[in-house]
Formats: sequence, structure tokens, C-alpha cells
Amino acid sequence: MTVTLPPAGGPPASLGVAEDEVHGVSLWRGALHRVRRNPTAIAGAVIVLAFVVIALAAPLLTQYRPGSAQWSGQVTPSSVPGPSADHWLGLDRFGSDMWTQMVYGARQSLVYGVVSTAIGLTAGATLGALAGGFGAVGGRFGIWVDSFLMRCVDVMLSIPSLLLAVSIAAVLGQNSYAVMIAIGAAQVPIFARLLRGSMLSQGRSDYVLAADALGLRKGRIVMSHVLPNSVGPTIVQATLNLATAIIEVAALSYLGLGSSDPAIAEWGRMLVAAQDRFDAAPRLAVLPGVAIAITALGFTLFGEALREALDPRTRR
Amino acid sequence: MPAFLKSPLRRGTAVLAIAALALTGCAQSERDDSSESSEGGGTFVFAGSAEPVALDPFFASDGETFRVSRQIFEGLVGTKPGTADPAPLLATDWSVSDDGLTYTFTLRDDVKFQDDSDFDAEAVCFNFDRWYNMPESAQTDDLTYYYATLFRGFKTGPRADEAIYDSCSADSPTEATITLKKPFAGFLAAMSMPAFSMQSPTALEEYQDDAASNPRTTEYSTAHPVGTGPFTFGKWERGKQVTLEANADYWGEKPAIDQAVIVAIDDPKARAAALANGEIDGFDLVGPADIASLEDQGFQIENRDPFNVLYLGMNQKVKPLDDPLVRQAIAHALDKDGIVNASMPEGTETALEFVPPTVTGYTEDVTTYEYDPDKARQLLEQAGAVGATIEFNYPTGVSRPYMPQPEDTFNVIRSQLEAVGLKVKPTADQWDPDYLEKIQGTAKHGIHLLGWTGDYNDTDNFLGVFFGTPTAEWGFTNQKLFDDLKEARGLPTVEEQKPVYEKINQEVMDYLPGVPLAHPVPSLAFSPDVQGYQPSPVQDEVWNTISIG
Amino acid sequence: MLRFVLRRLAQMVPVLVGLSLLLFAWVRALPGDPARALLGERATPEGLARVNEAYGFDQPVLAQYFIYVKALLQGDFGASIQTGQPVMDSFLERFPATIELGLTALLLAVVVGVPLGYLAARHQGRLLDTVVVSGSLLGVVTPVFFLAILLKLVFADTLHWLPTALRQNPRIDATHITNFYVLDGLLTQEWDAAWDAMVHLVLPAIALGTIPLAIIVRITRASVAEVMHEDYVRTAEAKGLAASTISRRHVLRNALLPVVTTIGLQAGLLFAGAVLTETVFAFNGIGQYLFEAIGRRDYPVLQGFILFIAIVYSLINLLVDLSYGLIDPRVRTG
Repeated sequence: MTVTLPPAGGPPASLGVAEDEVHGVSLWRGALHRVRRNPTAIAGAVIVLAFVVIALAAPLLTQYRPGSAQWSGQVTPSSVPGPSADHWLGLDRFGSDMWTQMVYGARQSLVYGVVSTAIGLTAGATLGALAGGFGAVGGRFGIWVDSFLMRCVDVMLSIPSLLLAVSIAAVLGQNSYAVMIAIGAAQVPIFARLLRGSMLSQGRSDYVLAADALGLRKGRIVMSHVLPNSVGPTIVQATLNLATAIIEVAALSYLGLGSSDPAIAEWGRMLVAAQDRFDAAPRLAVLPGVAIAITALGFTLFGEALREALDPRTRR
Repeated sequence: MPAFLKSPLRRGTAVLAIAALALTGCAQSERDDSSESSEGGGTFVFAGSAEPVALDPFFASDGETFRVSRQIFEGLVGTKPGTADPAPLLATDWSVSDDGLTYTFTLRDDVKFQDDSDFDAEAVCFNFDRWYNMPESAQTDDLTYYYATLFRGFKTGPRADEAIYDSCSADSPTEATITLKKPFAGFLAAMSMPAFSMQSPTALEEYQDDAASNPRTTEYSTAHPVGTGPFTFGKWERGKQVTLEANADYWGEKPAIDQAVIVAIDDPKARAAALANGEIDGFDLVGPADIASLEDQGFQIENRDPFNVLYLGMNQKVKPLDDPLVRQAIAHALDKDGIVNASMPEGTETALEFVPPTVTGYTEDVTTYEYDPDKARQLLEQAGAVGATIEFNYPTGVSRPYMPQPEDTFNVIRSQLEAVGLKVKPTADQWDPDYLEKIQGTAKHGIHLLGWTGDYNDTDNFLGVFFGTPTAEWGFTNQKLFDDLKEARGLPTVEEQKPVYEKINQEVMDYLPGVPLAHPVPSLAFSPDVQGYQPSPVQDEVWNTISIG
Repeated sequence: MLRFVLRRLAQMVPVLVGLSLLLFAWVRALPGDPARALLGERATPEGLARVNEAYGFDQPVLAQYFIYVKALLQGDFGASIQTGQPVMDSFLERFPATIELGLTALLLAVVVGVPLGYLAARHQGRLLDTVVVSGSLLGVVTPVFFLAILLKLVFADTLHWLPTALRQNPRIDATHITNFYVLDGLLTQEWDAAWDAMVHLVLPAIALGTIPLAIIVRITRASVAEVMHEDYVRTAEAKGLAASTISRRHVLRNALLPVVTTIGLQAGLLFAGAVLTETVFAFNGIGQYLFEAIGRRDYPVLQGFILFIAIVYSLINLLVDLSYGLIDPRVRTG
């Protein structure tokens, strides 16, 4: 499922002409400028940046290996050692250092999120672009292709996306690749619809009709003109989907799908394992859960801000 | 409006808090209501982990179905309270011929079925003959596992020649004689199993249809079970609960409670929470992490004497596990006490061999492999297997009485193996069906965690199941072991079997196909007003002894 | 209108046929087999072979498919391998639970969300607004099951204020007609049963409804804010109409369309979310049964349940689309 928020911004411009259109600034420059002035956007960007930095710099932030379970001797079914000088956040249920797990968990989430969104984006955008491209400029045959591809997308959309992800992961087995492919697959319909919509609406716009009348080849029109205009919304969607992907990875872990190693540093897995010890050590559940929420929040804020910045209606 | 309530978020929270308090009040009053009505008499609510499969225990092999049927049905033989040893129940006495082929049972004369028909030798023979005459459609293991395994075959079907049941004769209303074609030393102990309960011939004839395409969905199996036990069947609301009523005409100790309700709650933590909320009076399969907190809150924890074993299995089809030195090295690398402390309930004993102490043939005189990491490293060097990678399979999404927390157990063992220089490759699978399929159906696994809870007191029910034939789980062919076990199974009496099984246990521990780890203690939890629950290692727990308040 | 409905229904048919084919293939692509799941630890090679034969799993896949389709056309969705209960029966038994949960969550989200969003829009820029916006943002990104687990662990396991499992207290002997427990209690005038069922709905509904609540708050706020600045509202203000009249007559009605759209979107998502929430709260609905069936490789249950879920999901979406047509005449050409 995708989290589509409405623009939280204020009333539209009174003149209907964007500032940067008047001054001749490029779309992207203008967008960046607006993002900089928006506090929630900055908050989102900061969170995203922090997340990425922590994920990439994990080995520098902790001396221990993730999922090492070295101190399992100190853990019993009813007690888990808490924060201490050696272990800033204490141990987890399996005897690994909690701080290490959290930090490497960020890395795992980044990988899962990026890879699955990339899969969804690539497959979905291709599907959608084909459908939209054919539908827009392909004549009768094109419309038929468009219909057929969209029916396929409908089949995928006929069941809730989490169920789709679970079904695919169940077939592929208990490993990380299964999770990434499954979540990526569940995102395909979203990107497909997006690209197709974008292509079709542009297909009716003046510049495409003009180019067509001028005799430019259809493929050329699509590749050099229509597609680049779709990039903006796609990036926004990808950012928002990244947030969802991170959450869905955790959901799949909750349902028992995912990597084989129970001590693996992955926030969703850690959350699941922590339930049992909630009485003894609530921090084991709270820390990864809050981390997931904040990371998803960061990406959502940033994606929303980007959407607002690129959307002509809200430009001031 | 007060300033602090101006924020809708705060208002919302306030509303929620008030609502929660109000609801608490109501929840409280319900708890009071239930305890009021439970002074002598009352309803006992118990939570198991799953719904029963059917009400006719002959067609089942799972503990939850048996939990229900134990209250409604009884067999010829019961168990001595708190043990796995046979004791008189519907049969007051029995005698066995010297060749072990003829069993004569003397029956109680004061027992009636719950539909008022008489329990007598004719009824006994009706039951035995019914089982033997099962149509082929009912002869699959999912339906009749116990009969097929213990009696080897039916009158018809592919294994008719191997069937050991011959006939039953009703010599007098209180005397029934069962004749077998081959000796079966565990016959008496097996008769205590719920699958072999005595069911009312009248009810069976009217409501049951053994030839139905699914005998578990007939009227008898879903709504009309009739036995001789202390509770009669009330109703079964599928997906919700089973309700049983006290049998006022029961021949033995009549129940002190009026009604028993059995619900199914899948998650152990949810069961614990339901107990703490007062919605249930007791539950089975307490998670080890919950025991301490339940005791702190004033609830009672009852332990069953373990009748199980948890082991680390090894697949000898995969190198280097076929090398006895490597297997011994692994055994020496394991600190069983550490494993138990980290992942099993208090009171769990470590295991010396593949059978628990209460089973015939258990002996302390077996080769032991003490925790000695240095020795382990030495043996690995000798075997040339230092740094070898071993695949370690373990299940997820499951908690068995013999394996309460497989992930924790796996984790501890893994670090102990890595400490002596082995590399461990973890492979997890969902218990049902992937893990079992992989471990028992294919050779694609290395070392793994598994175990077994005994059904009745027969050593063959442990060793025979594990090592009686070549299996994909263990990956070895040790013909001597197979032959020894076959011979032991065929001995006519338990007394004769004892020394033979002791020797076999020694043989197994020398061969070391795997490392027996522990006998985890399964626990039950009850509210403070429940008295009289009698835990049994084979789960022969009948609730006519319970009182509330 | 009727043509619109019929056309949409007709579009559903090929999708569902495709889905049933897909399901049949998927179920058999799952590693492991139901015979193994049935027998558990007690499986032996001969035992497995006999079970497979009895259920027809050893037959060629194509033959199995034809048997499946033939039965489907006769309205026979098969029976659970585990219990033998007809799939349709077990679905109908558990379906009301999921619907009850979803509806309660939706109700919560709308009844709390719309007023909150409206108030935030009216007091834009002030503290109230900031708090609502931040709160709703948090609500949107918190994973459902994390919230569910937290609620369960805090309110039930630790504080014991609310029940955490089941739909009803086993001690209450309630009569069930429709299997909508609250409704049943009201219909049979067993007030304690109805109340008890409601109490059991509280935590799952809060867990499930938080995200839709947050989304509805945001949409309402944005929509109301947008309308409030429209020219016709300013005209009304200039004309001297009372603020409350403006609110009722102009702002609310026009602001409502996007809100209703969102509510409709949430309906489908709630259905999906209920499936996950049920497992956390042992709430005997279709979600929980479905996950158990996946573990057991109970083919008929999997094929049947997922197909039914798809049908219900599509019908919900159809109803939502229809309601747009009712509210906004511009949409009716469909």
C-alpha cells in the first residue's frame, strides 16, 4: 500500500503563474529553492540524511559485528542485560549488542528499501511506459496493448498489496532476496499506473501533437520528450514508496518470512523477536519500532515536500 | 474549555483514557461475576493452542483433539496419576498369556455410556472390531495414524497381512479376550491412548459413518460423541469454543465443576494475557519467558514431568558429519547446561540419551560427552575438519513442548560451535510444512533441532521412531541397530524388553547419530482459585478432580 | 447508472478468472506439500504416499486443474484438508469478524478524523493545527503491527485494562445469529454479550484505524482549508452571513468530496490491514485463518479464501466508485 498524503500546503497562488516561470528559473532549481524554505521538508531531509549516513557508516560507529550473539550466556528467558558501559543500549534477546544491531539494521533497511523500490520502479515503469506509450501514440493496436497490460495490473491490484507480497515471498522461500522481490513486485502496479497516466495525459498535450504533425517518429517523441517529463512525479513516488517498503519489510519479518538468521540485524526481525521479552526489556521492541517509524516519516516528509515543490498548482 | 484540553490530540487522549477507565470498570465487574458463580460448581475455562480436529478421537493424532476427548471418553487402561504407567480404568484387571498373544480383561460392571446404553464386553469387542474393519478410505495416516502404526494393518488394504489383531471375544458381560497374531509388548500401555477409547456402539451406529469421504466431518465427529467419561458433550461452536457438561451419572469421582469450556488461542503471550484478564482459568504450553511474570502476579504454574526429548540431529549423508570424530567433537563442544539456561524453562534436565528417564530401558550407564571445547578442537584437527562449514537447520513459527524456543536454542548452540572453530550456516524454515519436509523428507540438511513427545510408555515409541529404519533425517544405514530394534519390538513382555533396550541405548550413544540435549519441562498456568489439576507426562489429564474457589 | 455497474461487473470477470488460474498455480508452486503438513512429525514415506493418493495430489497438474474448475462451476469450493470443513462455510463463519473489525476501525477514523481535520483547518497556523498535523504524520508512518503490538503489550499484557485476544469472553454464553457479535448481542437483547464484544473490538480497532484516521484528518484539513479560501466563501462572508451558516452550507459540503474519496480508498486498505491485525489479536477472522492455511499448505482454503477476498475487495472498490457518482455529478459518465 502506498501512503498518499494530500498537500498540506496552503491556498493556491492568486495569479495562476508561478514565480519561477516569471523569472525563468529551471524546474529543478525552483523546486530546490522551495524545499529549502519549507521547515517540514528540511526535517525530512535531515532524517533521510541521518539514516543514510548511519547506514553507510555502520562499521565506523561500532566495533562489534552484527548478529554475533556473543553474549548469549548472559541472557535467560526472563532477563536481558540492559545498557552498560560496554553495551550502550544493552544486549538483545539473542545476546548481540543492541547498538550494533540498531546501526546495522539501518543498513539492512536501506538496502531492502532501495533494492525493492528499484525493482518495483524498473518493472512498473517499463510496464506503464509501454502501456501509456502505445496507448498515446500507437493507434488502435496501441490501445489494445494498453488495455491488456492494464488488465494484468488489475489482477495484481485485485488483492491487497501486503497479501500479494506475502504470497510471492512464500513461494520464493526464506531468504532476503525473496523479501525484496516480493515487495518490489507489490509496487509494480503503482509505478505502472503512474507512468501510464503520465504518458497518456501528455499524449494529448499540444507539443506532442505538434511533434507528431511535424513528422517526428513516435518512438523519438516518447523517448526524448514525454519520458523526461515523467521523471519528476516518478521520483516523488519512489521516495514515498521507499517509506512504505521499509515498513513492509518489517511486516513480512513479522509474518515469519525473510532471512534465515534470527539474530540478523534487521529492524522488523528485531521487533518480532522482542515481543516475547517485552516484560523483561521493553526497549527491545520500542527501539526498532520507533526507528522504523522515524525513518518512514523522514522519507514521507521529504517526498511530500518534493511533490509540492514540483507541482505547478502549489508554486507560489 | 480548560486550556489543557484545547488541543484535539489531548482531547482525544483524554476521551480514550476515560473510555478505557470505563471499560476497565466493566471488565472488572465481569471478573467478579464469574468468581461469584464459581463456589463449588461453576465453569472452568481452559485455553489450548488450537481447535480440535474432530470429536471422534480414533481419527486424530493431535494433543488438542485429545484434550477434549479425554474428558468425554475413557479406555480400558488408564495411567497412574502423574506417571506414564498403566493403571486400571474401564478394565479392573487383566492377564496376559505366556506367549503374549492373548489378553483377558475383567471389566467394570457399573458403567454406562452417556446415552444410557451398557458398557460391557460386547461393546469392547464392537470397538476393536470397528477399528480392524475400517474401510480403505479411512486407512490413511492423517486419519488413523495410531491404529496403523501400532496394529500394523487392517482387515482390508495393502497391509492386511501384517495386521497383528486377530479377534475379540465377549466371554461374559464383564470379561473380554483380545487375541493377537503377533506379540506386542506395548499393547497394554497403548490402550491408555485416547485413540483407543471405548465409544458407544449405539451412538456410532446411528451417527458415525466410517466410510464417509471425510469421517471427521460426520455428525458423530462434529456433534454427537458418546463415551463413558466424566463430561458429556455440550456444543462445539467452530472457530470459537467447545463446551462440555458435567456427567451426573458418571461411575467414578463426579466433577466438582458444572461446565468446562475449551477455547483456542494460538499465541502463548495472548494466552497469558487472557489468564491475567480473568477471561480464562488456565492454559497449556506456557512460554518460558512468561513463567516468571505469571508467578509474580500470583498465578499457579504446574509442571508436567517431561516425557520427551530434544536433540541435535545430524545428517550423515553430508560431509563431514559422516565422520564419527566430527560428531563427537560437536558433542564435546556443547555446554548443555548453558543451552538449557538460555532457552528452556527452569527445572529442565539435560539429556543423557534419546529416551527420558521414565521409559523402560533408560540407563545412566551410557557413554557421555562432557563439555570440553579443547577436546572438541583436538578431535576436529584429528578429523581434518577445522573450519568446516556446517549447515544448521532450525524451525521458525513454532513452539513445541519439547522445543519451546527454537531460535534461542539455535542461537546458543551456534555460538558454542563457532567457539571451537566450526563455521555455521544458518537455515531457517517455517515449521509447517517446510522444515519437516526438508528434515524428514530430503537429504538437504546438515545438523538440525528436533524432538519428540512420547505417546505412551513404550521405548519403541522413541527409539523405534528415530532409528528403526533408514530415514532421510539421519542419513545412515546401521543394519545392526535396525535389527536390534526390530528384535526388541517383537519381545512379548516389557520385562524381557528392559535389558535389551538398555543395551540398545548404550549402542546408540556409542554410535552417536546425534546429540540428545534435554527433556524440557512443559508447564501449565492456572488462576489462584483452581485446585486439583493433575498434570500427567502423557497428558492424561481429566478434569473431574478440578474445583474452582 | 445501471450500465456503469454492469460494465464494471463484467470487467471483474476476466480479472477473477485470471486470478483463479494464478491461485491454482501459485498454491502448487509453494514449496512443501499438504500431506507433509497433515502428518507433521509422524510422517513416514508410505504414510505420505497414501495421503497424496487419497487427495489426488499425485495426479498430473492439468487433471487436478480440471477437477478444480469442474467443482468451482458447481459452486463447490472444496473442503479444508486439515479439518474437512467446506471452504465456503469456514469463510462465511469468519468473514463477519473481519468486517466488524474493519467497520469499527473505519467508524473510529471518520468520527474522530473528520471533526479533527475540520477544526485544524479552521484554526490554521495555531498550536492546535501544528499538533494535529504532527500527530497525523506520526499516525501515518507508524507500522500497523508495531502499533498493534505496542497497544497489546501496554494495555492488555501490562495494565490489564482491555482484553487482548478472542472476540468474546468464553464465559459468556452468547447466541449467534449473524456472527457479527455486537449485532447478535443487540438482536438477542443479550446486552452483556454485545458490550463484551465491543470491549474486545477496542484495541484491534484502534490499531487498525490509526492510519486511516491520520489520513482522513489530513485530507479533511487540506480540503476544508482550500474551500475556505475560495471566492464564493469570501463572497458569503462579505454578504454578512453568519460563520456557522457559511460552514454548513458552503464549506462542508464542498469540502466533503475528497474526504469521501479518501474514505473509500481507506475501505479497501482497512480490509487488507484487518488481515494483519487479526493475527496480532487472535481475532478469529479470515486473516488469521488464511495465515494458518498458508503454513499448512491447505490448498482449497488458500484458493478459496484469496479468491473470495479478491471478490470482496473488488466489490468494495466498485461501491466506492459508485458513491463518487452519487456525490459528484461530473463523475457520472464513468
